[in-house]
Amino acid sequence: MSPLDVIETGQSGRRGGSSPGLLYSGSDWNFDTLRNSYDAIERIAIDELELDVYANRIEVITSEQMLDVYTSHGMPLIYKHWSFGKRFVGHENAYKRGLMGLAYEVVINSDPCISYLMEENSATMQALVIAHAAFGHNHFFKNNRLFREWTEPSGILDYLEFARGYIARCEERHGVRAVERILDAAHALQNQGVHRHSGARPMDLKGEQQRDRERREHEDRVFNDLWRTVPGSKAEKGLDNAAERRRRLGLPEENLLYFIEKNGQRLAPWEREIIRIVRLIAQYFYPQPQAKMMNEGCATWVHYRIMSRLHEQGRIDDAAFMETIHSTTNVISQPGFDTGGGPNFNPYALGYAMMTDIARTCEAPTEEDRAWFPDIAGNGDALGTLKHAWAEYRDESFIQQFMSPAVMRQFKLFRLHDDAEKPYLLVDAIHNPQGYRDIRRSVAQSYDPGNFYLDIEVVDVDLSGDRCLKLQHLTSPGHLLDEKDARATLRQLADLWGYEVKLLEIDRQTQTVLATHLASPARTGP
Amino acid sequence: MDIIDRRPNPHGKNLENRQRVLIRARDAVQRAARDAVASGKLREVGKGGAISIPSDALHEPSLHRVFSSGARSIVLSGNKVFSPGDRLQRPPGGAGRGGGGPGEGGEEGGGEDSFRFVLSRDEFLDVFFDDLELPDLVKRQIATTDTTSITRSGLSNDGSPSQLDLGRTMRHSMARRIGLRRPKTERVLELEALISELEEREPLEPSDLDALAELKLELQVSLRRMNRVPWIDPVDLRYRRFTTTPTPSTRAVMFCLMDVSGSMTERMKDLAKQFFLLLHVFLERRYKRVDLVFIRHAEVAEEVDEDTFFHDPRTGGTIVSSALVEMLRVQKARHPADTWNIYVAQASDGDNSNVDTPRSCVLLREQILPLVQYYAYIEIVGSGAVIRGETDLWRGYKAVAETNDRLTMRQVSEKRDIFPVFRDLFARRPETA
Repeated sequence: MSPLDVIETGQSGRRGGSSPGLLYSGSDWNFDTLRNSYDAIERIAIDELELDVYANRIEVITSEQMLDVYTSHGMPLIYKHWSFGKRFVGHENAYKRGLMGLAYEVVINSDPCISYLMEENSATMQALVIAHAAFGHNHFFKNNRLFREWTEPSGILDYLEFARGYIARCEERHGVRAVERILDAAHALQNQGVHRHSGARPMDLKGEQQRDRERREHEDRVFNDLWRTVPGSKAEKGLDNAAERRRRLGLPEENLLYFIEKNGQRLAPWEREIIRIVRLIAQYFYPQPQAKMMNEGCATWVHYRIMSRLHEQGRIDDAAFMETIHSTTNVISQPGFDTGGGPNFNPYALGYAMMTDIARTCEAPTEEDRAWFPDIAGNGDALGTLKHAWAEYRDESFIQQFMSPAVMRQFKLFRLHDDAEKPYLLVDAIHNPQGYRDIRRSVAQSYDPGNFYLDIEVVDVDLSGDRCLKLQHLTSPGHLLDEKDARATLRQLADLWGYEVKLLEIDRQTQTVLATHLASPARTGP
Repeated sequence: MDIIDRRPNPHGKNLENRQRVLIRARDAVQRAARDAVASGKLREVGKGGAISIPSDALHEPSLHRVFSSGARSIVLSGNKVFSPGDRLQRPPGGAGRGGGGPGEGGEEGGGEDSFRFVLSRDEFLDVFFDDLELPDLVKRQIATTDTTSITRSGLSNDGSPSQLDLGRTMRHSMARRIGLRRPKTERVLELEALISELEEREPLEPSDLDALAELKLELQVSLRRMNRVPWIDPVDLRYRRFTTTPTPSTRAVMFCLMDVSGSMTERMKDLAKQFFLLLHVFLERRYKRVDLVFIRHAEVAEEVDEDTFFHDPRTGGTIVSSALVEMLRVQKARHPADTWNIYVAQASDGDNSNVDTPRSCVLLREQILPLVQYYAYIEIVGSGAVIRGETDLWRGYKAVAETNDRLTMRQVSEKRDIFPVFRDLFARRPETA
């Protein structure tokens, strides 16, 4: 035995008398264990799975800090607002009463990619979380088309810092109430504060922040209320022409916050800036719900694959691997329709099932798979196929493309036809050859952003007339806005706009008006 | 890859957001806090605890669709028995929620009807006693000097070494050294070097000898001056000075008088107890220093400790004046009127022996009321002593109250009356009489 061997066995003996290859034994971890686990995982992720990731940053936090991160949409820092306090208390209550376990991890789509690890996690959980978040999610963020097109991970942390500072300064100068009023209204409208159809429009948050600050400072400096009193020229007759007027304002406009920010008559420069901040953050989160199922599926598949490899390599012991299987199983269980939880799928369950199913189709296809997926069945390249899917699809198109009969059988899917006229619900498709395509189409539809985002636009406003802001919501009978909430939200919108707001709900097919909502601003003075 | 330990980072990032929630839901929180008291859980509540705020007080509206009519398809998992064409009973509660906003709906989870908020004791009491105060406290506010605080108060020439202000000491030392022209150490070294250089030179010119003598003289003077003028002299020393400043605090004493005679049923005692508990919590909260004196009486009165006052069973006949006499005794012995604000709260069912009521009224009018800031009388309704809606004692006190507004009287018949009455008695008044 060489002296070197003695030292090595001595070291591993210190960690609990296990064999030299083990990364750790038992459930305790320390920073050495974390680093060693990370290195071993990175070797598998980069060398074997060839994942393409942003640089990683691992941060260890307490459960209370985890609650904080939860509260701010998983962001490490966010401006102050009462709604975050409310969310915090809600999570805290649920957590304390044992209704909710804390996530083992939170990962942020930023460059470097930050993964939060809770200190309470066992050594195995830390390894699992590193594999899941720092490699699975990280790879997805960096490669998926939606995230590439809609987010700018290198700028987000700086931008949030800027936003927080800016809003804090506004609170100092204008009072908490005044800022809260704008934030409340902007939050109510943040789902209508996103550009959706204008194609790829990468954000440049850093430049944004700089440019905006300069622009607002300039406006603040040169603002002079007297300009309001200067009589306008009379040559604005063209504006009476409705079509010309709408063209000038860029109507119709689906992004209500954007429209208000640009055209709001009664907003002070700092108010516009706050609306802009809420809008840009909403835009940043826009891709997340559209690829949640795939994202979780990808991360779960990756962590399970990596942990299995660690076990095969003898880097973790049987107990640790059992723990991995146990937690993975917990995460990917899909409760049946009759055990509560509503009609939603567990994104981890469906995502993981589809990922493993794709891998199986590539490696060991059945006749059915060959018929359904001639392109990929038996191509022997599970990893390549998955990576292609992760990069190019979002949930809706991914399901439409890849959901196989095997998965539908596994989940025992069935479709209900819910006709409000009838006293019963009709089962109109189940997991059999006649039903597969119907079910798949319906599942895909439920993930279609076109279905869960509302089609609301600003259609007209007469700036030289009554300045009433006219909106329309294209929908179908029986799918109208929740009236109480709509009224409250429109009141917020009217408050920002400064004048009346009118929302018509219009039948997409027949163009008949289904409902009308009117709201006036609460404050009257400028 | 970096691993960063964020655990030592500041915690409680959400404290301020939490406080903003409280401000926003102030009315609802207040109502909830009072409900918590009405349900008789004062002791627990006073220690802080969970209160529920109706969720609409903190509702965040958004535009979202609801499914009300028409048709839709839902895919569910976990089919065990259904075949195509099966018809299912519509589950109670209608069609359920429609396709709401993305990601928002499921996030909050259950418990949407009300929102549970765990308040710390301070938060709770702040909310609970928001606009109450002891009447007239200002009028006879007495500053006593029983607490002191230590504050910085400039510098001094002596003190303990640990309080030495090095910066200022060195500044003084330098000024003195410059003023007294203490030669610099560099200059002395330079002179020594020059001298030794000259001494080593062979042969020495006469001019060199002169220069040498001159240099030696200068060195001598310099060394002498260095010894005379020290680097640091005791006059340079400056110490930070601290003085203790007396802080005035307001002192008040609250006498709690309770009738524990046989006519007081357990339920009535409960009501009285609750009133005093409320008072107790309130006083602890509002004032820096409040003494509490508990006096219970039946035929005879005695001063007892808090625990006995609230929990010891004791019955007997009733002589109200005995309690008043006892109160005066304690007051004279321990709480002289010129240094204490005196308050009295009395709870009784109004049942008193006929001869004693006039005696009590006289005591009250002539001896007690001139001493006290405020005298609150709580009569617990429901005893047999009521004649034409008023008890003997009530009638007697009422006559006193008409001429003296330091005496306030209220009737309580049920638990839920306690808070409104309490509020009524202690609400902040625009102008104090």
